[in-house]
Amino acid sequence: MHDISPRRFNSRLGMALFALYLVFYLGFVLVSAFAADWMEATVLGGLNLAIVYGFGLILLAFVLAMIYGWGCRSDEEPRA
Amino acid sequence: MIYEPSWLAVVVFMAFVVGTVGLSFYLGSRAQSSEGYFAAHGQIPWFINGVAFAGDYLSAASFLGICGMIAAYGYDGFLYSIGYLAGWIVALFVIAEPMKRLGKFTFADALDAQFNSRGIKLAAGISTLAVSVFYLIPQMVGAGVLIQPLLGFPHWVGVVLVGVVVMMIVVTAGMVSTTWVQFLKGSLLVVFSFVLVVMVLARGLSTEEVNSLEVLGPMAPPSAGADSIAGRRVVAAESGWEETPQFIRLESEAGAGYDVFVIDPVGEESEQVYLREGQALTTAADKSLWVGGVPLGTGPDERQLQPVGSVTELPGGAEATGPLGPLEYLTTLQESEVTLWGSQPVRHPDGGVTMVYYPKPTPGSQVLRPGEHPTFAGIRSGNTLDRVNFLSLMFALFCGTASLPHILIRYYTVKDAAAARKSTIVGIASIGFFYVLTLYLGLGAMTSGALDVTTNNMAAPLLARSLSQWLFAIISAIAFTTVLGTVSGLILASSGAVAHDLLSGFMGIELTGGQQVRVAKIAAMVVGVIAIVLGILFKELNVSYLVGWAFSVAASANLPALVMLLFWKRTTRQGIIASVVVGMVSSLGWILLSADTFQKVYGLPADQAWAPFSQPGIVTIPLAFATLIVVSLMTPKPKEVGAEY
Repeated sequence: MHDISPRRFNSRLGMALFALYLVFYLGFVLVSAFAADWMEATVLGGLNLAIVYGFGLILLAFVLAMIYGWGCRSDEEPRA
Repeated sequence: MIYEPSWLAVVVFMAFVVGTVGLSFYLGSRAQSSEGYFAAHGQIPWFINGVAFAGDYLSAASFLGICGMIAAYGYDGFLYSIGYLAGWIVALFVIAEPMKRLGKFTFADALDAQFNSRGIKLAAGISTLAVSVFYLIPQMVGAGVLIQPLLGFPHWVGVVLVGVVVMMIVVTAGMVSTTWVQFLKGSLLVVFSFVLVVMVLARGLSTEEVNSLEVLGPMAPPSAGADSIAGRRVVAAESGWEETPQFIRLESEAGAGYDVFVIDPVGEESEQVYLREGQALTTAADKSLWVGGVPLGTGPDERQLQPVGSVTELPGGAEATGPLGPLEYLTTLQESEVTLWGSQPVRHPDGGVTMVYYPKPTPGSQVLRPGEHPTFAGIRSGNTLDRVNFLSLMFALFCGTASLPHILIRYYTVKDAAAARKSTIVGIASIGFFYVLTLYLGLGAMTSGALDVTTNNMAAPLLARSLSQWLFAIISAIAFTTVLGTVSGLILASSGAVAHDLLSGFMGIELTGGQQVRVAKIAAMVVGVIAIVLGILFKELNVSYLVGWAFSVAASANLPALVMLLFWKRTTRQGIIASVVVGMVSSLGWILLSADTFQKVYGLPADQAWAPFSQPGIVTIPLAFATLIVVSLMTPKPKEVGAEY
C-alpha cells in the first residue's frame, strides 16, 4: 500500500469488491439453474432462500458500493 | 378489460409534459456549445446525476414489465430485477472512472481515446445506433400500448406524443434538459412506488371475492357426453372446442352465451374434481370481440372480462390479515394459496380464436421461487440447454448494463472521476431500492383483485387503482413519463453517434462545435421520426423482448472491447474493431436464428430454429473477447499506451 497511486489503489479495491460480488452472483445463478429446489428451503425468519438470497444480492450491491465510495482515495487534481 | 380513461391522469401527465418542455426551453440557452449539448458542460452535480441514472435506466420495461411478470408468475420477474441491478456492479467497479477519464462525448470516444482510428469510430458508432434503436422500439410501442387504457387516446397518439415531446426536450437543451427530465422521472418513480408499497403493506392480504366467477364441486368427473352439470345445460364441444377436453362450457345463467369452466382434480387421493370458472375472449374471423359467446361491451346484452387476482386461502383460515410488515407480508404469502391465471387458445375452423383464461390455485411457496414463467421453467425440467439459456440470460444482464451507450454517456456529465463514482453509488442505491419495491408491487398486484387477464403490463397501474383513483392517475402519468426519460437518453445517445462519431469522426467532415450541435439536433429529429414510425409499425408485435436483444448486443459488441482496452496493454486498434464487429454480428445473427424470434417475429415453429437456445450472451460475449485477443496478437503492438491501466 506504500508507493501506489490513488488511481491504482482505487482500481484494485474496485476489482476486489467486484470479485466478491461476482462470487455471490454466480452462486445465485448456479443454484437457480442447477438446484432450483434449494430455493424453496426456508432459511431465515420463515423466508425462503430465493427471497433471502435475492434481497441479499441487492443489499450486498449497496453495501459494497458504500465501502468503495468510502474507501476510495482522492485522485483528482483541483481544477481551475 | 374495458378501461375508463382517467381525466385526472391526463391532467397530471400534461402538467408533467408542460413542466419538462418549459424547463427545456429555459435551459436551452445553456447548451449551445457541443460540450453543453452532449455533456451538459460536465457540470451536473453527482447526486442529481445519480438519480438521473435511475431515470435513464428504469424504463417502461422495468416498471411495467417486471411488475407485470411478478404479478402473473411470481418470483421469476424478480430474477430480472436482480440481473439488472447486478450489472451496475460492473459499471461502478470496472467502467465508471476510466470511462470518465478516457472519453468526451460518446462511447466511441472512450474506445478510440488512444488510437484515433476512423474504423473504431465507425464500428462503435454503428453499435451505439443498433443498441439504441432496439431499445427505442419497445419504449415507443409501450407508449402507444399504455396511452389507450390510461389516457383514452389511440395507439398512434401515444407514440407521436412521446416522440414529439422527447424531440423538443433533446433539441432544446440536449444533455442538460435530458438530465433534469431523467432526474424528475427517477425521483417520482421511486417515491411513488414507495408510497404504493406502503399502502399495499397497510392493506395486507385478504380472501375477499374480487369477481363473480364460480367454483362448482367437488363432484365426480363429468362424463364425455353429459347433457347437464349441476343443473345447467352443457354446450356441445364442437368447432375447435373438442380439442380441449379440459374445458367445459355451461349455458350462462344470465341468458345468452356461455360460461367456461376448467376441470381441476381435487387432489391425488380423490377421484373428484372441481369445475373452476374461467373467462373466454373470442376474436372472430372478422376481428370482432366476444366474451363467453356474447359481444364484448358494457351494454345490457354484452359482457366484459372480470378483474382477477386474489388470495384464496390465508394461513389459519383467516379472512384478512390487516397491516403487515415487509417481511411478514412475504412469510404470510408463502403460507397462503393464491390464484394465478393460465391461458390456452382454442382455434376455430372459421379462422377465429378463443383465448380461454383459467384459474390455477397455487401455493404461495411456489409463487416465491424461481421457475414458474415459461422462459424459466427449463431450470426445473432438467433440460441442459434450458439451463444454459438461463445462465446466458443472467450473464447478458450482468454484462449488458455497463455497455449501454445511453447509460455510458451519463458519465461525461459530471466533473471528474470521483463524481462519476459517487453518482454511480447514488444510482445503485435508488435503482436497488426500486427493484426491492418491484417485488412488493408485483405481489401486491397479484393479490389486488384488479388484474387484467389479457395483459399483465397493466399490473402496476391497476394495483394503484385498487387503492385510490388519485394514485391511479399519478402512477399512470408516471408510467408514461417513464417512457419520456428513457427515450430522451436513447435519442441523445443516437444523435451523438451520428454527429460526433460517424459524420465528424469517421467521414472526417470538419465541424465546429456549433455545427456539430446543429447536426446532432437534426440527427435527433431524424432518429425521433424513425422511432415514431417504428413505434407505429410494430404496434401489433409483442416487442418487450427487444430490450433483451439490446442487452445481449450491447454486452457482446461493447463490453469486451471496453474491458480489454482498460486491462490489457497489448490491445490493438484492429483487435477493438474486430471485437465490436464480431460481437455485434454474432449476437444479432444468433438472435435472428433463435427459437424466440422464429416464434414471435416470423411466426414459424420454434423447433425449426437454428440456434440451440435463445439467449446468445454466453457464447457471443466470450467470442468477442477471444476475437479481440487473437486479432490483437496478430497485429503490431500499439506504440504508446495512454492510460495507466
